[in-house]
Order: sequence, then structure tokens, then C-alpha cells
Amino acid sequence: MLELSHVHKVYRVGAFGGGRLRAVRDVSLTVKPGEVVSLIGESGSGKSTIGKMVLGLFRPSSGSITFEGTDITTIRGHAARKEYYRRVQGVFQDPFSCFNPIFKADRVFEMVRTSYFPRTPAKEWHGKVLDALATVRLDPGNVLNKYPHQLSGGQLQRLLIARALLLDIKLLVADEIISMLDASTRIDVLNLLSDLKERGLGILFVTHDLSLGNYVSDKSVILRKGAIAEMGPTARVFDNPLHPYSRHLLSCVPQLHRTWAEVDAELAANPPEDVVLPTAPDEESAPLIEAEEGHFVGIDQG
Amino acid sequence: MTLRVNDLKVYYQTLRGDVHALDGVSFDLADGEIMGLAGESGCGKTTLGKSLIRLDSRMRHVGGTVELDGKDVPIGDDEAMVPLRYHEISLIPQYAMSALNPTRKIGRMVNELLRARGIRFADVSEEFNRRLELVGLDTDVLNRFPIELSGGMKQRVVMVISTLLNPSLLIADEVTSALDVSTQRSVAESLVEFRDREYVKSMVFVTHDISLVYQMADTIMVMYAGRIAEKAPASTIINSPRHPYTQMLIGALPEVGSTTVQGRLEGIPGTPPGLLNPPTGCRFKDRCPLAFSKCSEQPPLVEIEPGHWAACWKTG
Amino acid sequence: MTNVSGAPGTAEKAGTPEPAGERRGSETLHFARRNPKLLIGLGIVLAFLLLGIIGPFFVDHDPNQYVGPRSQPPNGEYWLGTTTFGQDIWAQFVYGVRSTFLIGTFGGGVAFLIGTTVGFVAGYKGGIVDEILNMLTNVVLVLPALVVLIVAIAYLDVRGLFIQGVFIGLTTWPWAARAVRSQALSLATRDYVDLARLSGRRTWKIITTEIAPNMSSYLVMSFILLFGGAVLTAAGLDFIGLGPSNGVSLGLMLESAVAWSALQLGMWWWFIPPGLGITIIVGSLYILNVGLDEVFNPKLREL
Repeated sequence: MLELSHVHKVYRVGAFGGGRLRAVRDVSLTVKPGEVVSLIGESGSGKSTIGKMVLGLFRPSSGSITFEGTDITTIRGHAARKEYYRRVQGVFQDPFSCFNPIFKADRVFEMVRTSYFPRTPAKEWHGKVLDALATVRLDPGNVLNKYPHQLSGGQLQRLLIARALLLDIKLLVADEIISMLDASTRIDVLNLLSDLKERGLGILFVTHDLSLGNYVSDKSVILRKGAIAEMGPTARVFDNPLHPYSRHLLSCVPQLHRTWAEVDAELAANPPEDVVLPTAPDEESAPLIEAEEGHFVGIDQG
Repeated sequence: MTLRVNDLKVYYQTLRGDVHALDGVSFDLADGEIMGLAGESGCGKTTLGKSLIRLDSRMRHVGGTVELDGKDVPIGDDEAMVPLRYHEISLIPQYAMSALNPTRKIGRMVNELLRARGIRFADVSEEFNRRLELVGLDTDVLNRFPIELSGGMKQRVVMVISTLLNPSLLIADEVTSALDVSTQRSVAESLVEFRDREYVKSMVFVTHDISLVYQMADTIMVMYAGRIAEKAPASTIINSPRHPYTQMLIGALPEVGSTTVQGRLEGIPGTPPGLLNPPTGCRFKDRCPLAFSKCSEQPPLVEIEPGHWAACWKTG
Repeated sequence: MTNVSGAPGTAEKAGTPEPAGERRGSETLHFARRNPKLLIGLGIVLAFLLLGIIGPFFVDHDPNQYVGPRSQPPNGEYWLGTTTFGQDIWAQFVYGVRSTFLIGTFGGGVAFLIGTTVGFVAGYKGGIVDEILNMLTNVVLVLPALVVLIVAIAYLDVRGLFIQGVFIGLTTWPWAARAVRSQALSLATRDYVDLARLSGRRTWKIITTEIAPNMSSYLVMSFILLFGGAVLTAAGLDFIGLGPSNGVSLGLMLESAVAWSALQLGMWWWFIPPGLGITIIVGSLYILNVGLDEVFNPKLREL
């Protein structure tokens, strides 16, 4: 459904645009219908840039992003872009900044209506909104007709997901959508994503948190400095991390029932085997090696 | 006993009335203890951290006492707190990294900061450099501008500055929240190292991340809606929590390795009560699956086994 | 940032009693009617506007005519006294208020229109568009505006308020453009702007419905400052003889009061009315602006 092929994003930085910042380097990946793909990385790994490129908010420097057969980098014109957003939607990290503070929160629904369903009668539309709210398990009485600052982060985030559901979307880009939420509501949003997946939605789940990444996802992609370090089925990546960087990350994640010391001791007792990593022939490419079926490792960036 | 907090009440003043952000909090902190202070946003953990060092203009000390090393801490009296701040009680703020003035070199800033506290940099520079090296920084950072340092480096510089006078109590407010996982680990481990070397006598580590606090704290105190729900040694809180809120909170945390396939985790339904007019009785009762008639009375915080305190009628 | 539930900015407002009928469209009006700053500011501005509109109808002679005895302090016949030449200061004042509003609205309006358009487009579009517009802005900014105005206006045969306004507008917009650009630049990166794009909104609609309302008080403020600037620039031009023929304005009154040593001669009634007039008009516009901010920003309403 969604396919990224050798996508690069290079920013020009510095006073005269002389410097180059490689935010995304040679990334190729796919998202199938009904599949959750986690993009996991630390700050500066390019994970959010990839999400924004898929949403057409940034344009890749090179490479192609294909959605259902169309290269979205070639989409020109407002009508075509609007059609794309009918099928692909995004939810962002900070629910508070996703709402224009001077308008009521449910205006996000109204925007979808005026853009996409101008002919739907108000009553029918209201029914659709109620359905979408029911899907994200929100009580309409609590959230409609309120200002954003009167709602909690979890409520706002679910409103945004409900908004995306009003359109007949095939792909949802979820960019760090739970990092601003409290622990007790996080899991509900994650479970919601898993419900959406059952309905056949493809989800690109961008996160910096490894434990959240693997809770919902079928496939995990670990990014480092813009390039893929490791990619594969989530269970394989987490049970048998092959790239030194993934192993390092996993050893640093605070776990609930194992201390860092225990993890270090375990690693020392059973040192993992080294895997042959691909080498990059130049500064731009980042080839992958298939270490086992469907499980890829990327270049070593030191 | 380093710190003893007794029935502390701190309210926020708003135009619509007082917000009972901290409503009767009592706990002890032993010498050398690192206490993790965990809870959801709005539970009062940040307010507690702030109350111990400086009340901001909207905060009002309503009742209760704080003792540090056997001496009373006049937290409601801003003037009287001045000699204690930094010398006895020190704080690493949440956004320490952005608190650094971008146009000044680190060294100059440290110098000014210390002078404002009546300390000559030359007297402490040797110790300062030793500690910088301890946290893995080159003394060369003093000649650099904040923008040249990464988030983790800045956080460590601030850490060294705040603990330079070996305070009795260090309050670390969400200091690792904005850092990447690998940096987070090293900063957290440096904090433990500081305690081990007795640069700080005891520490309150405020965070929303229970799995992080489990890695470094000796005890964990879980707060809910302005009150203490449970306090116990870290492993007890994680492995055998007694308060239903703690149990549900820990049950809601996905771990590395847990997936929806193995079984779904459940969140806690509902939202915390507003603290403008807090409900009477147990504040968790509306979200609690175990709630019964007695919960309309406020449960006291009792020691259910040595070192393990909980405020719930079902555990008492 | 405080993490206290119940403090403004958190989740529960369920208990706040709000009359249901006033919650919808008339909500802004509801708050507007209860905002003293807005009411006071608006009241004073409207009072001056009214004075400027109807005042001249009650003056039966030309404001520059020498109608009375010279240098009279305020009295029953000449409410604000007369000038050294025996001109009626009250007549000058009401005509001056009228032309002050005209030149302020017109000159300020032209500058505002150009400035905000350039600012919004530059800030929102970014990239090469921004660089070109920014360069243009800076070029106009460093032009000595008054010299350009003098040269340009001196070459024109017909001089009126209209032409003066256009020229003032054409030379004073750059700083407004820069101010709007910097605001738009920061607002354009907000998530809700991205969300509006994902909702299939067009650029101009995003600018007018997402970005502009969030800086409405800023825009009003810019307009007020441009208004004041236009009034003063016009006064300057009037003073060197490049104003509309037979012009009267508060600025011109001030200038001639100063030129004819009203200050030294103790003729306070000559310079205080125009000075106070400009101050009160601009000042009450400012109060109005603060009130508007409170009305339009739901967050400020809570406090």
C-alpha cells in the first residue's frame, strides 16, 4: 500500500544554505493494509521527517513515496492533494498544539466536513461524528462544544483520531501520539490503534519509546541518524536484535521488572554474536543486508 | 532521617478558588535515600518538589511542616528560605537545559551563579572540575556556549552546579524526560553515583516514568490527586504493589516484549478528580474497581509492613 | 507550567456554570459586553470619531479663517480660545480630528494591507518567496521615507488626503510586514496548521482562518501603530507645506503651535488640545486592543 523507496531528505543549513544536514538517508520500507509499522529512533533519527514526508508536508530530496500505485511526490495541485488526504491522515505528538486555541475543539470535525462532505446534511454528519467518537471511546457530552484547554491531552488525542476516522482512510501516520499522555491513558490510545489495525488500516507509528513501539506493531524499523539500522518483524527485532545500535538501545531502556544491572549482567553472560553489517559505498547510500528472513540490518554509523 | 514532611498542604490560588494541589502529605526520607516520586500529571508531584525549595507566587503554604536534618524548613517564608537554598536544598529544574543563557559561556555563567550565592569560583574550581570529569565531561565545556552542548551534556553541567556544595537534599524534577534513552541512562546513573559519593545526602527524583525510577531509586512514592497513595521500596512497588491505583498504573505500562498479541493491557478508566473542589473521602474511589462504602471516608496512610505505606481501606 | 489539575488550563471545567443560551455564536459578544477595557476604549474612540464627523457641521466658518481676537484663552464664544492670528481653535480641533481619522485610517490602512499581505505570504510560504519578499521589505525599510515622500509629493500637481494617504501607506508598511512575518513564521509551524492542510484547506484559507485570528490582537496593534505613524507623518508633511491645500489636522496644529512659540508664550490652549487629542485617540485604541485580546482569546477569559 505505502512504499518508500530510497528516500532521502537533505536540509540546507547555515547562513547561506551552504551546509548540508542529512535528515533521512536512503530509507526504503513498506506498510501493508492492516499492518502497524513502528519507526523507532532517538531525536535526530529522522523518524518524524519520514512521517511528515508521507503526509506530504515535506518533500523528499530524492527517492519515491508510493501510495496505492501513485508516487505522492508527483502530486500537484490542490484537488489531487485533497484526494490524497481523503485516504491518508495523520495525528501528531502534541495534542494541545493541534487545536487552534481560539476555536472550539470540535471545529476539527467541521473542517473535515466543509472540505470533504459539504453536501452531507447536518443531522447525518452529527451521526457520523457520534459514531467516530464512539469508536475512540469518547463521551460526546464531555468533549463537544468545549475549548481545547478545557479537555485533557488524552481526550484531545482521541478527538484527533476520531477526526481522521471521519474520512475513509487507508493509512494513518501516528507521530509520537502518546508521548504527551499519562501512563493510565496511553495504553488506551495504543489499544485503539490496535483496533484500527483490525479494521484493515495501515498505521505508521512513529515513536522514540521502544516499549511502546513493540506493544502494537507488526514490524519495527529502528532508525539512526536518518538511516535504517535494523528492520524486521517486531518479535524478531526485539528478541534477537542484530545491530549493535539496537542492542545498545535495548540495554538502556528502563524496564519495569529488570534493572539495568541485570540486563548488563545477562548481556555479559551471553554475549550476542556479531553480525556482518553492510558497508556504505559512499556518504549517501545506506544498504541493508537480510540477515534472516524479513530481518534486515543496516550500516554501522559508529 | 534527612527529611521529614508532616501533613504538608500547599494550595494554588486561582480566581476561582484554591486548588488543593498538595493536601496533607507526610513522608520521611532517610539518609542516602533516593526516592522516586511518581504519578500522573496533576497529581501534585511537581508541586511537592517545588514546595521543598521555593513556592512560586501563586502557591500558598496552608499547613504542615518540613524538617531537614532535624531543623525546621520555613517553606512559607521566602526570605528565610534564602540561606537554605542551594546550600542545603538544591534543585535541578525540569528545563534546566533551556535555563542556560545562550549568549554566555558556561564558565562565566557558573561563575556568576556562584558569586550570587556568595561563593568564589576559585575556591571550588578544583572540586568542580573533578565532578565534571566524574560525569564524563571535559573541563573544556566551561569555555563553550550552551548551544555547543547536547541536551545530556547541559543536563550534566547543571547537575554538577546544583550539587557543588553537597546539599542535604537534591530535588530532580523530570530531569531525564527530554533526553534520549541512552543519555537518560547515563544521567540517571550519574545521579546515583553522586549519592554514592555523598555529594548529596538524599534525593527526590520526580518523574512520570515508573520504569525509569525503578532503575535508580531506593524507594518509590506514588501520588494521586494531591495525596500519597503508596510509598515502599522500589522493588515492592513494582512487584507487589498494594494500593489499587499503583496496581492499575503498573498494569497499564507496556514493557519491552509485551505485545497486544499476548494480551491487552488496560488503562485506568476515568480522569483524576479536579482539585478545585476535591471529592471527600478517598480521591481514587470513582475510578477504583474495589471501592466500597467505607471509601467515602479518607483512608489514612498506614504502614502495612515495615517501610511499606499505603492509603487504602482495602490494604489496611 | 504547573501540573495542577483544577488550575486554568487543565481538564475539568464541567462544573463551571455557563448559561447555555450564550454559549454559541453570541459568545464573543457576551464577553465583549462585559469587558471594561473594550468598552472604555471603544467609547472614547467612537466619541472622537463622532466629534470628527458631526463637529464640523456646527462650525460655520473655515477653520483657518481669522475670525476672532488674537491669542484669546478659552471663553464662551471660542471654546478652546484662538491662535496668535485669531483662528478658532475649536474649529481647527474638530476639523483636525476628522482629517486625523481620515489620514490615519487611509494611510494606516494602505500600509496595513500591504504589510500584512507581504508578511503573511513570506512567513507562511517561506523559502525563496520569503527571501525575495524579505529583500523587498528591507529595501523599502532603509529608504528615507520622509525624503521619498517629499520628492514624490512635491512633483504632484494635485494634493489631497487621498494621495497623501497612498504615499504614506506605500512607505511605512515594511516594519508591519516584518512583524507579521515573524509571527506568521512561528504560527505556520504549529501542528494545527499542518492539520488544516491535512483537512484539505487552501493556503489563503489557512492564513485567514488559522493564522490571522491567532494574531488578531497583534494585527489590531499593528494597525493602531500604523494609524498613529500615518497621523504623525502626515503632520510632518503638512508642516513643510506638502499637505493638502488648506489642510487642518491635529498634527499641523501642534506644529504651528510650536512654530509660533505657543509653548514659550504660555498659550496652553493652542497645543494641549491637539496633543491631548492624538494621545487620547491612540491611547484608547491601545486600551481597546487589550480588551479585544481578552475577548478573542478564550484562555485569557478564564482569568
